[in-house]
Amino acid sequence: MPRPISIKLVEDTARELMARAAIDIPADYREGVRRARDREQNRIARFVLTEMDRNWDIATAERRPMCADTGLPRYYVRAGNDALVEGGFVALERALRRATADATAAIPLRPNRVHPLTRVDHDNNVGIHAPEVTYAFEPGGDWIDITTVHKGGLFGSDYRMLFPADGVAGIKRFFVDTLVQFGKRGLACQPAIVGLGIGGSKDTCVRLGKEAACLRAVGSRNPDPAIAALEDELTALGNYIGIGAMGFAGTSLVVATHVEVAFSHTGGMPVGLHSFCLSSRRATARIHPDGRVEFRSDPMWFTDYYRREGVE
Amino acid sequence: MIERLDDVRMDEVRLTTPVAEAELARLKLGDVVYLDGVLYTAREGVYRRVVDEGVDLPASVRALTNVNFHCSPAATVRPDGTYAVEAVTATASFRFGKSMSRWFERSGAKVIVGKAGLTELAYRQWFVPHGAVYLTTVGYGLGAAYGRCIKRVVDVHWLELGIAQALWVLEVEQLGPFLVEGDRQGRSLFALANREINLRLDEVYRGLAPFSMGRFGETTARKDEVV
Repeated sequence: MPRPISIKLVEDTARELMARAAIDIPADYREGVRRARDREQNRIARFVLTEMDRNWDIATAERRPMCADTGLPRYYVRAGNDALVEGGFVALERALRRATADATAAIPLRPNRVHPLTRVDHDNNVGIHAPEVTYAFEPGGDWIDITTVHKGGLFGSDYRMLFPADGVAGIKRFFVDTLVQFGKRGLACQPAIVGLGIGGSKDTCVRLGKEAACLRAVGSRNPDPAIAALEDELTALGNYIGIGAMGFAGTSLVVATHVEVAFSHTGGMPVGLHSFCLSSRRATARIHPDGRVEFRSDPMWFTDYYRREGVE
Repeated sequence: MIERLDDVRMDEVRLTTPVAEAELARLKLGDVVYLDGVLYTAREGVYRRVVDEGVDLPASVRALTNVNFHCSPAATVRPDGTYAVEAVTATASFRFGKSMSRWFERSGAKVIVGKAGLTELAYRQWFVPHGAVYLTTVGYGLGAAYGRCIKRVVDVHWLELGIAQALWVLEVEQLGPFLVEGDRQGRSLFALANREINLRLDEVYRGLAPFSMGRFGETTARKDEVV
């Protein structure tokens, strides 16, 4: 029998992940924003991006959250097929909920989670279906990867049922529509990592769009060359619209576009789009049964196995 | 006269609270503003209480300042009863639009600091009659940069609304940068930006045919805003 992963280590690591995500901007995204700033001709938009860059330095130096809207903290857990957790996955999920509540007070995070109707706030970011915990598995391996994402913002995301006849032009139209609607005034807190989920069922494309935005590092490409080319084309199109940071006319709207696909109904082509904002917060740790913990900012969520196409 | 984004000078201005009439009148679109003094957070929960339920804003708050931040902080109440406020950023202001006129009457606020502003129509209808201006936060998301400018939590009212919705009274030093988005004449910096963006949209949409299936009841004029 392999050794189980200590549940205390899971909880301690989750707490540390919450702090890292809230405070330290991932280097891949920061570099992308710096490139966007260097290209940007509009001086107000450039001023905005320079101030953001300074903000990230202050956050890291003073261990303050980079943004007061600390989003909806949530987790993505990937378990190697041979991984065992002390107390099982029910214990793991309890540990993640406790870590969320503790980190909310300790960092502090803003207690954003409220009952949707009564607006009751437990002041700890925990409640019904909160935080969300999404699970995936990977052949081999006795580790677990825990990723936390703090995605804020009520704007910048949309869904639409398209049809095969809409084709790639329809996808582009939906993409531009969403960016124009939420790019004005900077409601989407751009420049963003834009995630586009194409296909699957309605919920699948929305989920994939979100995972593409939040769980892929800037610089990564879809392994299908045709989809990778579409990613580049969409990024160029997004920056051609003429909207910069905070909605000032400019070119800094999209840092990267990530496209993920799923097999869909033969009659439909649903699309879901998410924008990961100027506070693109994510942090990942791999926990090994021997007690080693490796932190990283790239979740490496989209593996070949995760995207698998065949029967096996 | 500022007629396009290129005319914006981004002059740096420091304002002390409560902000005097003459100072408000001098602000130009796109001026970069820093605040010293005291301001308070108020968003949906406080607005509901003051505007809809008719509860008075605490008198001490009204006496101290005329600056309302559409914000809730990343904050906590420590076990010893003291407060930790580490980061502050604004929430989108357009959704307070219909409450603003009544809010100005009941709060005496003259400066709103928030995210993303309101429309020129909203400024003319609700801000101009009360002599109020709108400052937008920058980024958005200068949470740490703004947070370090908070020197003290002066008071917290209505914590029963939750930490995020409570009314936090904050003493600040050189809190900024903010941009003047809505001036005393009801002109908007974002409106200038939108006019420039709209000039290009027909070109952007060229070759992108309408969708096979439309949607019910929404605007299809792409030069409109959704707020």
